[in-house]
Amino acid sequence: MTAVSDSNSLGDLKIEIWRGEAEGEFRSYTVPHQTSQTILDVVTYVQRKLDSSLSYRFACRVGMCGSCAMTVNGSPRWTCRTHVSEVLEDGNRVRIGPLRNLPVIKDLATDMSDFFDKWAKAGGQFRPSKPKSLEFSEISPNSKERREADAGVECIGCGVCYAACDVVNWNKDYLGPAALNRAWTLVNDVRDANRDAHIAAVSVDAGCHACHTHGNCANHCPKGINPTASIAGLKRAAFGAALRGKL
Amino acid sequence: MVLAPLVIVHLVTMVYVIQDGLTAAEILDRTRGSLLWDTIYSTFVVAAAVHAAIGLRTILGEMTPLRDGIRDIVALAFAAAILLLGFRAVAAVT
Repeated sequence: MTAVSDSNSLGDLKIEIWRGEAEGEFRSYTVPHQTSQTILDVVTYVQRKLDSSLSYRFACRVGMCGSCAMTVNGSPRWTCRTHVSEVLEDGNRVRIGPLRNLPVIKDLATDMSDFFDKWAKAGGQFRPSKPKSLEFSEISPNSKERREADAGVECIGCGVCYAACDVVNWNKDYLGPAALNRAWTLVNDVRDANRDAHIAAVSVDAGCHACHTHGNCANHCPKGINPTASIAGLKRAAFGAALRGKL
Repeated sequence: MVLAPLVIVHLVTMVYVIQDGLTAAEILDRTRGSLLWDTIYSTFVVAAAVHAAIGLRTILGEMTPLRDGIRDIVALAFAAAILLLGFRAVAAVT
């Protein structure tokens, strides 16, 4: 990291970062504010210059992988895509913590096992209806089902929606927006062998029906996906399946 | 499917009764011995009891430490209370 000259500096930031596991505290650091600085830049500065014992995750640092997701001033965000100037409170304060709703391994790194286990529990696997076929399936990108699936298929499993969701916070069994969104894309995949099995997997007690349509997931998704709409679709599909006697 | 239309029926009925200025005696005159009102409102009571109990069970699970068996018992007790109060009301007017 190049030295910061005074003429480039926009002043000092008062940064608070969560240190510890479930038990811990917010510790304060002073970080020089620079033009176009991101929250990831801030965390990296602290780890490299001030306190090498700080633990955090990142990978691509260009807004593609979702690894750097953290809680910034109360909101779950990709820190590499969050300009410091966008989120300052009281002029120069930022509070950075790990993602909500996940166990904290250390400092800013969380254990995402539950998130991915629920993905599997929601039936997030594609099962081909014609596994031995050598023919391409012809799916029109403009078909109703494909447009529904395409709206949700860009999810990279970053966990921001899961952290944003209050129902995940209140109900530890709730499958969560990402897992349910993925299930919806498969319900709309006409190549899948057993659409009803996908619907059955999400129609459980803590499945799609537990969603209260708060919409915080859609509000925070960095890829512009709308899990609330996907879950509404699952509720409709579950109703249809119940009427057909498939549930 | 069941509750929503019945809620609308109930709202329309109440608005009509109040706007039209019906007295208690006039209302009872129309509802007493009526199989139609009995059926409509008995169904309403059952639908409301089911809907409210399921919803309350969810909220109890989210907002209180109640879980599993005890939560279901509380929800069922609430449903029983709605059924009791509801049928008592239906019996009173039909």
